Parts: sequence; structure tokens; C-alpha cells
Amino acid sequence: MKAGPLDSGTTGQYQMSAPDSVAASASEPVSVDTMLDSSKITVRDLNFHYGKFHALKDINIRIPEKKVTAFIGPSGCGKSTLLRTMNRIYELYPDQRASGEILLDGCNVLDRKQDLNLLRAKVGMVFQKPTPFPMSVFDNVAFGVKLYERLSRVDMEERVEWALRKAALWDEVKDKLHQGGTRLSGGQQQRLCIARGIAVKPEVLLLDEPASALDPISTLKIEELINELKDDYTIVIVTHNMQQASRVSDYTAFMYLGELVEFDDTTTIFTAPANKQTEDYITGRYG
Amino acid sequence: MSTELTTDGSIPATDARTGRTGHLADKAFRGLTQFFALLVALSVLGVFITLLVGAWPALEQYGFFNFLTTNDWNPVTDVYGAVAPIYGTLVTSLLALLIGVPVSFGIALFITELAPVWLKRPIGVAIELLAAVPSIIYGMWGLFVFAPWFSENVQPWMTDNLGDWPLIGGLFQGPPMGIGMFTAGLILAIMIIPFMAAVMRDVFETVPPVYKESAYGLGGTTWEVVWKVVLPYTKIGVVGGIMLGLGRALGETMAVTFVIGNSHNVSGSLFMPGNTISSTLANEFTEADGAIYTSSLISLGLVLFLLTFVVLAIAKLMLIRLKAKEGKAS
Repeated sequence: MKAGPLDSGTTGQYQMSAPDSVAASASEPVSVDTMLDSSKITVRDLNFHYGKFHALKDINIRIPEKKVTAFIGPSGCGKSTLLRTMNRIYELYPDQRASGEILLDGCNVLDRKQDLNLLRAKVGMVFQKPTPFPMSVFDNVAFGVKLYERLSRVDMEERVEWALRKAALWDEVKDKLHQGGTRLSGGQQQRLCIARGIAVKPEVLLLDEPASALDPISTLKIEELINELKDDYTIVIVTHNMQQASRVSDYTAFMYLGELVEFDDTTTIFTAPANKQTEDYITGRYG
Repeated sequence: MSTELTTDGSIPATDARTGRTGHLADKAFRGLTQFFALLVALSVLGVFITLLVGAWPALEQYGFFNFLTTNDWNPVTDVYGAVAPIYGTLVTSLLALLIGVPVSFGIALFITELAPVWLKRPIGVAIELLAAVPSIIYGMWGLFVFAPWFSENVQPWMTDNLGDWPLIGGLFQGPPMGIGMFTAGLILAIMIIPFMAAVMRDVFETVPPVYKESAYGLGGTTWEVVWKVVLPYTKIGVVGGIMLGLGRALGETMAVTFVIGNSHNVSGSLFMPGNTISSTLANEFTEADGAIYTSSLISLGLVLFLLTFVVLAIAKLMLIRLKAKEGKAS
């Protein structure tokens, strides 16, 4: 139920509320073992450095499978950093280092022997700014698929349509599949990027403030999309927008100054946070 | 309408700020910069007219088209045709691109994507230094160091192993003299690589990191990311860099003059000596006696001028078509 930063560092254990949307669930804590069964990603004693800056301090968290987990916190608290360790995208930059363990289905992805390309096929990522590649809508979605699978033309067309439908974009672009992806509107571009991410059929989808550069209507579409996608994918979302976190997520983690302050189901975090800092942040007293 | 507004000061006199002295200075500054900019256009026009006037006697005697298609360069009989130098210029430049483009691409790729941080700066500086070496140094090195080594160690091997190939075999036959069109192309490649590599590195670095992250985030390898995302994103800059290299290769004089062999000779073999337009000019201007001889050399200069112009125009057209295509289809 509660997980202060102190005991998270020392024991590395959490008690979690039942992964359930029933309102009464908050009062029925379940054991760690039950939680283990449904957790997709387990982070253990994770520390992260940008050069000499200690950005993440002894993070321990379990991301439940096929649920939406939101990371919230003020700018610079390390929530994006934590997200970026999960597919090791931080390794593109030479002075960034992570230590500890991140278990994806029990395998430590921080292991040197981990095949990065395979990891990233399993753990997709969508960024704050839409990043359509300079190619057609179709080729954008097919891009990731082509890296792993040899599909016939028909199969590829089917896969692209499937991904675009999943991303709730198909109806808007079905007549312009061969137009440049960069010519879509901002909201469409972002959904195109999500389609590109799910076309490779990942298991986890990491969303780094996916709606912060979009207008309210596009944001709403993305949020509806997240709700639908969680039936098939484990979703981790970083967001600045607390309303968004409360709308889309099942679990919420509050981070502050590189530490995980509190992690619980979203209702609890937003109605009865255990920690004073969380409460202050939720009620808008800082950050 | 709008140009009128800006040139005559535009804002009505009722505006209190028109009285400021800065306004006058601004006007003077605009006039000055405009003059500098026009100077460039005037110089190009001036060069063209000067070349045309100088070339006129020869062109009048042979006809422009005839001059371009005559393969004969004989000061004794006073018959001049530009085929051999044009051929040599195009072949050596093409060879330089063929060798230089992949190498420059590799260098730029290594610096931007693969090199550890501590290595990036030294290599970057080395490239800039290489670009600053005067061309005559390359020429001397090519003649005294590279050519002898090349003729002893590489040319015989190439003739033995590539000389029998269908289609391209003929390119590698002939006496291993060290100097010739192949050596000239190679030296040119070495000379233009720093330029092309530096431009490509700069444009590769303009790709926003988040695009590369997206591509790596889908599981792309470095090669896939560069080939499918970075290169399409930067193709305009890359083509520009290649054209810069080509422009330099077409006009390069001293290094080529040292190693090409300087004979007016169109040969199917790259190992044979040849001539380029600029090496012909460098070699023969001092000994050109007679108005027609001098005028023919100036005509060659005019051809080079036009050749460079055409290359640049083609490059621009290519870029426009690339852009149009991107808007429509890809």
C-alpha cells in the first residue's frame, strides 16, 4: 500500500493494491507474490548517471502486465530517464550509465549480452515530438516490420492496415498511404508513430509524454487509444499532465529528485496518497 | 509592390522614428550589402564575357561545335580540338567521385554514429587539415611517392586480375607507368574526400536526435538507421556536398598536372596518360605562340566554365525534382 523512498531503497519490496478497477480495491491489499505473477517489468535497485549527475537513485518498481502505468513528477525528477532505461535507448549517448537490474519477463535487459535490437523490438517507444520518417505513411509503418520479418506484399499491407486501425488512424489515411508521412497533421503524425511502434507487435509500449505537443482533440484521441491498447500491451507513460495520468492509467508512480516516492494504483495516489510529498504535488503545491 | 515599399523607406514620414540617424545608416548599410552581392553576379558575368572575347578568334575559325568534337591538338599545324581534355576532365572527375563518395560517406558515418567521443574531434580536425593542404603538395606526393609505388605494386596486379574482365577489363590494361588518368582520379579523390566528408558530417549532425532514437527504438541497426532515416533526411545536403567535391575535381589544376601525364590522347585505358582542361591550360599557356593557339586555350577555359555551370545546374534540377517527388509520393 505504501512505499516510501526509504524502505524502497533498503528492502526493495512493495505491497501493491489489487490490479483491479473496482473502487473498493484500495482497501484490499494483496501480497507481493500475487503481484509477481502479473508484473511484466521489474526494476531492482536501479541507479542512473548522466556523467557525474546521479539521476536515478535506487529505483525499485514493478510494472504490471497489460495495464497502464504512469510516471508523474516535476521536470527533472527522472521519470523520462527511468522510461529510457527500459529499452536502453540511453546507450546512444556515451556518458549515460545505468546499474542495477531491469527484468523483462525475468530476463535482465541491462545485461551486456542482451541483444539490443531484439529488446527494442519487444519494447517499443513513442516520443514527445512526433517523428515520422521522411517516407510515405505506408513505409513509415512498415519500417520496423521490415527490420525483423520478411513479409509478402499482401501480408505487409495487411499488417500496415492492422497497425493503422489499432492506432485509430486508418480511416483518416487510407486514401493517402503513399503520401509523405511528414505531411499529416501533428496529431495524425503522433498516431502514425504509435502505429509504427505497434506494427512490430511489441510487448511493452513506452510513451514519453506522447500528447504534450498536441491539441486537446488529438490528445483525447491518443488517450482513447491508450485505453484500447492496454488489452494487448503493457503500457508505461510519462506525463506532465496529472489529469491525463488519472484518466489513462491504472497505476501511478510519483517521482521526485531521482527517487520513487510513491507507487500505487491511480485512484489511491490521486485520492489518498500515503506520502506528504505526493499529496503536495497532486494538489499543486509545487512542481 | 512590396519591393517598392522596402527600397524607399516605406514607413510614412509622420512616424516619429523616421527622424533617427540610425535610419540613414541602415539605408547605407543596405546599399553597401546590395553592392557586394551584385559584385558577385557582375564578376561571373565579367569572367564569362572575357572568356568569350578571348576565345572568339578560335571559335570563329573552327566553330564552337567543331571545336568540341575535334580530337586533335597540334600546335605545329595549328589545329585545335577539345575532345581529349574534355574526356580527361570528365573521366578523372568521375573516377574521383566513384572512389571519393563511398569513402566520404563512411568517414562521416563513422564520426557521427560510431566513433567514441574521444576520437571524434581528432578525426574531425584531421579532415579539416587534409582539406587545407595545398594542391601542389598532393601533386608532388603523387608524382614522387605514390606513382612509383603504384606502378610497381598495384598496377601489375590490377592488369593481371581485372584486365581480363568483360566490359571493364580494358580500363586496366596498358603499361604500368604510375602516372596516368587512374592516378589523377585517385589523387583527386583524396583531395575532395575532406570536403565531402566534412559536409556530410555536418548534415548528418543536423538530424534531430529524436529521429534517430525513434529508429533505434524500433530495433534498427546503425546501418539501417543511417541508410533509411539519416540519409533520406539529409539527401539534399549530401548531394550538395558531392557537387562541391565534383566542382573542385573538375577545376583542380596543379595536382592533376603533376600526375596525369599530359598527352592529348583519348584512350580506353585508365592507365594511359591523358590531359584535363585545367592541366592543359597550366602546361601550355607559357608556350602558346600565335593568336589562335592562345585563343584555343581560352576556349578550353570557356568550356570548363560552361561544364561547371552545367554540373551545378543539373545538381539544382535534381534537388528540385527530389523535393517535388517527396511532396507527392515518398
